[in-house]
Formats: sequence, structure tokens, C-alpha cells
Amino acid sequence: MTGWDRFAETFFNAKVMAKYLPDILYGMVVTIELAVLIILSGLFAGLVLALIRSLGVRPLNWLIIFIVDLFRSLPPLVIIVLIYFGLPAAGASPSGFVSTWISLALVLMAFAEEIFWAGITSVPRGQWEAARSTGLSFVQTLLEVVLPQALRLTIAPLTNRTIAITKGTALGTVVAVTEILGQASSAMSNSYNPSPLMMGATAYLVLFLPVVVAARWIETRFAWKR
Amino acid sequence: MEEMIQAFFNADIARAAMPIVLAGLLNTLLMSLLVVPLGLMGGLALALGAHSRHPLVRWPLMAWVDFFRAFPPLVLLVLLFAGLPFAGLELGGFACVAIAFFLNTGAYYGEILRAGIESIPHGQVEAARSTGLSRLQTTTYIVLPQAVRNVLPDLLSNTLEVVKLTSLGSVVAVPELLYQARQAQSVTYNATPIVMAAVIYFLILWPLVRLLSRLENRALAGRG
Amino acid sequence: MIVSAKDIHKHFGALHVLKGVDLDVAERELVFVIGPSGSGKSTLLRCLNRLERPTSGSVRVDGIDMLAPSTDINHARQRIGMVFQSFNLYPHMTALGNVTLALRKVAGKSRAEADVLGQAALERVGLADRASHRPAELSGGQQQRVAIARAIALEPRVMLFDEPTSALDPELVGSVLAVMRSLRESGMTMIVVSHEMGFARAAADRVVFMDDGLIVEQGPPAAIFEHPTHERTRAFIGQIQRH
Ligand SMILES: Nc1ncnc2c1ncn2[C@@H]1O[C@H](COP(=O)(O)OP(=O)(O)O)[C@@H](O)[C@H]1O
Ligand SMILES: [Mg+2]
Repeated sequence: MTGWDRFAETFFNAKVMAKYLPDILYGMVVTIELAVLIILSGLFAGLVLALIRSLGVRPLNWLIIFIVDLFRSLPPLVIIVLIYFGLPAAGASPSGFVSTWISLALVLMAFAEEIFWAGITSVPRGQWEAARSTGLSFVQTLLEVVLPQALRLTIAPLTNRTIAITKGTALGTVVAVTEILGQASSAMSNSYNPSPLMMGATAYLVLFLPVVVAARWIETRFAWKR
Repeated sequence: MEEMIQAFFNADIARAAMPIVLAGLLNTLLMSLLVVPLGLMGGLALALGAHSRHPLVRWPLMAWVDFFRAFPPLVLLVLLFAGLPFAGLELGGFACVAIAFFLNTGAYYGEILRAGIESIPHGQVEAARSTGLSRLQTTTYIVLPQAVRNVLPDLLSNTLEVVKLTSLGSVVAVPELLYQARQAQSVTYNATPIVMAAVIYFLILWPLVRLLSRLENRALAGRG
Repeated sequence: MIVSAKDIHKHFGALHVLKGVDLDVAERELVFVIGPSGSGKSTLLRCLNRLERPTSGSVRVDGIDMLAPSTDINHARQRIGMVFQSFNLYPHMTALGNVTLALRKVAGKSRAEADVLGQAALERVGLADRASHRPAELSGGQQQRVAIARAIALEPRVMLFDEPTSALDPELVGSVLAVMRSLRESGMTMIVVSHEMGFARAAADRVVFMDDGLIVEQGPPAAIFEHPTHERTRAFIGQIQRH
């Protein structure tokens, strides 16, 4: 056997790969579920916080800024571990899946709030004044005039941030979530063979590479111009 | 309430765990001091290459960057730590972290620096070359300083992410802050050490987050 | 009086910008406001539709107390249109979209009704054929005329113009002034801050000169331009006529 054959036999072992393919595919489904939940809840919560912040109620804004800063400062893995291993002491025992979902959604919420807020404040004051001068209310102006312009500015940075945070679903493996990396790791230790890990790595590329390439396109398409 | 305090803010446990946790903090700082310059150097090489006019240089480097942007850093780390031994190559957890971060954060730094370099108008290069500066001198003295200034918020933001990312070291038994805290937690069956780690992360990173939030708001507002 | 502002004071922090301004405007009158930069002209206009809240004083527009807490300010603002120096068109909407937004959201018209009214307003400013264009596809003069259409579509009783031609290239100024003149001929009450002295001579009933937060003097255009009584007025008019 040549060195290459041995390498292929070890890292791309057909028998092992065939055996654990269903596990990896299942892991992909879990990863996708987790990712969709994180993106929906994180972006929604971030947008709501940014909208509340635009109301300009001082104490409320301080609270929002603190929450945002907190979840921007803490490593996601620390939040996951804290929720998964810590919360049971407070009487709640969230599963690894839920812990990962909540943690990453909070992190995405924090980053999204910052980005949405920066977008809202970047809309010129004249837009507010023009809309208010025709009788639109604060909320109507915010929703009809300001937000559509702000969102356009936020698309590129939001996409990049969302990808980076969604990749964090792999952290779920630390708290026994059966996502791709978790499935791949346990398959590897069951088979004493790294092929499942190679499959897992490929699965991530299959999921995320198209998104990264799309983000590149979005970045040029929605570049900062009006 | 009393129970909550006992579970999360237990003073006795905090006192006992303090040396362990602080040792972890030291390692986290050392790791960051190693990994950030490493990533920056890799990123600079990528950015200069990706800026090249030669497509045979540019495209592979862009693909490299996208590859590592698509790849979760933890997967990379596990691949190095648990996969390489099967090829007869056993690296320690620390070396694995260093390599994985060099690849991962290098790609991010590279993408940021490339955008910075591309933001410099070509007239700057032409002006510098017309005064007799070499290509390398032009890059070093004219292009890079302006490029870095233009993307400083993004560079700082990525640096924040890198420091946070060092917590992945805990997965491969590098005794950094989170690892040490989890050790203390599993011995005491109490979440206080992890709360301590969280507080420490927050205290050392909050100033950077504050600064970033200001810079980012200004950057975005300027483009409206 | 359709507009009646009494003893308006406005402070921005320590800065005293309006120092007791009285302004009454009769129906169908065109009042032209001039004065050096920073004298408080914009602030005065913005106090009239409450984009700025005066620190003290009273403002009535078409019988409505604009400063009373019980006043539905959004409803009241339909009666007092405003045109800005920088147009402030909504860049993400078409010309027609710009004109119909408040018709639908404030006046409560259906989309179909609003489109008909909006199209008619664009017709009045000579831009019926630009209804589906975005602001970025229009010249500065066209953008400002859309902005005027946006205001008049709500059928206001009064129109405020804050330097409507200052941001325009000289060759585009005429088209905007023409629209303002036709608006004037239709009997609209107008308060105009501008440097277009030719327009003032031709169309204004009264010229008001402001300086340092106060109305220094006012009167018919001929009187103010040819025989200003105050030294400051004379200096200002001499200055702009030299340009
Ligand atoms: N929102 C504001 N905050 C602080 N100062 C302001 C504000 N708006 C206007 N000012 C100040 O009020 C003064 C009058 O401004 P303005 O009414 O715009 O003058 P004009 O339109 O006559 O040039 C100026 O000194 C200006 O700097
Ligand atoms: Mg002004």
C-alpha cells in the first residue's frame, strides 16, 4: 500500500463513511434547525431592542446598552456552559439544544441590535423632519420612512455577523447537542476512525460555503451607497 | 434567593477557586498575545496576495479565505486535535489552538485588510511611485497606514472575537480561563467559578466593546 | 389671520435663538423672510409646524393652537405644508410613493384614492410623467418639485418654504420658482425664506427682515428693498445685492 492509499484508507474510509452517513445527515438537520431558530429569534429580538431604543427613554436605553455590551463581551461558549451547567441550580434544566439556541440567539440579538441601531441613526434627520411635517406620527415615520432605509444599510454587516454566529452551533457539541460535530465526534470514537470527522467537516462546508459566497455578492450588491 | 446566591455567587467557593481561575486568566491573556499577532501576520500576507492583479494568485487566496470563513473554528480545532493523530501527528492542545486560530482568524483579518487596501484610491499609489518610492515602500508607508486607519473598527472587532474565541481552548484541555473555571466547577459542584470566569471576561472586554460601539456608530452614520 | 405667532422664544440650551418674534399672516398672503445666516429664520418656520417646540409663546394655524397638549399635532400638520432646502425626499420610494405616503397614512385615503390625488399633485408641479421615478433618477429641480407636490397633495392651508432653491444649480432654480408662482396664483398662503430677491419683488406681499432672533423691520417689498429704515437691514440688502 502506498502512503496515499493508507491515508485515504484512514481518513476517507468508505465502509466507515457509509455506516455513519445517516448520523451525519441527521446532525445536519439538527444544525439547520438550530441555525434557523437562532437566526429568527436573534434578529427579531435585536430589531425589537433597536426599535425600543429609538424611542429615546433614557433608563431603558441604558439597560439595552448594558445587555448588548454584556453579550458582545462574553464568549458564546461561556454563555452556553453557564446556562447548561448553571441554570439547573436555579431550578431550570434546559437541554443542550435549548441552551445553545438561547445563548447564540442572545449573542446574535446583541450584535443585531447594534447594527440595526447604527442603521437607524444613519438615516439623515431631514427624513424624520420631512415625514413628521406631513403629519406622519413617530411610529409611522420609523416604520415607513426610516426603517426601510436603515435596513438596506444593515444587510451586509448583518449577513456577515449572522454567518459567524450561526457557525457557533458547533459549540453545542460541548453540551451534548447531536449536531454535525457532535455526531461526527461520537462516530469517530465509536469507529476509531477519523472519516466521520472528515464527513462532518464537509457537511459544514456544504452548509456554509454557499452562504459565505452569497455574502460576498450581497456585500458588493448592497455596498454603502444611496 | 439565598439558594441562588449559594449556587452562583458563593463567597467561600469564589475564594477557593480564585487562584485556579486567575491562572486560567493568565493563560487566556498569553494565548491572545500569541494568537492575535499570528492572525494579523497571516491576514496581512493574505490581503497583500489577494490584492494582487494576478488572477492565479488572487483567486486561490480568495477561496482560502472563504473556506475558513465557512468553517467553524471549533471543527477546525477538533480536526487538528483528534484527527491528526490518526496520521501519526500528535500536537498538543496549545499547538492545535495556535494553528487553528492562525488559519481561522488569519482569514478574517485578511478579508478586513483587503477591504482596507482596496479603499485607498489608486492616485495615492501613483503619487508615491512618481516620487520614486518602490512598490514595497509605497505599500509600507502610504497604503497600509491609511488602509489600517480606514478599517480600524473592523480590526478591533475581530480582535475582540479572537480573544473570546480562546475559550475554545477549553475543549482541547488548554488550561485557559473557561477550562480552569469548569475544572473548579466540576470539583465543587457549584456554578460560582463559571460566573467568575464570565465576570472576568466581561471586565476585560467591556472597554473594548464600548470603544467599538462608538467607532461603529460613527462609521455607519458617516456613510448615510 | 391664518397664521398667528405671538412672542415666540426659542432656546437651544444656553443659546437664545428666537427672542420674542410676532408674526401674523393673512389668508392668501405671501410673506417673504430674509436675514443673515443664523438669524433664526429656519427655527421660526419650524416653530410654526412644531418641528421645534418654542420655549414660550403661542402659535395658531388655521384656528388650531399648535402648542396645546390636546392638539393632535399629526392631524394639524396636514394644514401646514413644508418644503426643505435639501428636499428630503424618501430615497426608497418613487415620486408617487413620496407624495401618497401621508395621504394614505395620515389622511386615511385608500391606495387608489391616494394615487389619483398624488398623480394630480405631480401634475400641478409638471412632473406627471415622472411618477414612477426614484429621487436618485431626478434632477435637483425635479426633486424639489416632487417635495412641493408631497406637501400640496395634503391640501394644506399654508405652505412653508425654507430656502427651497438654495441647494439647486442656477439653471434649475427657475422651474421651482415657476411652481411656487403658480401656487401663489392659486391663492395659497405662503411663508418663504429665500434669497431670491427677484421672486420677492414680483410675488411677495410683505418682506420680513430678521436679525439675531428678532424681526427688525417689515413692509412691502419695494419699501424694504429701496428704503430700509434700519441700518442692519440696509447693510444686509446692500450685501446680497452686490452678489
Ligand atoms: N437643533 C439645534 N440645536 C442647537 N442649535 C441650533 C439648532 N438649530 C439651530 N440652532 C442654532 O440656532 C441659530 C439659528 O439657526 P437657524 O434658525 O437655522 O438660522 P437661519 O435659518 O436664519 O440661518 C443658529 O445659531 C444655529 O446654530
Ligand atoms: Mg436656515
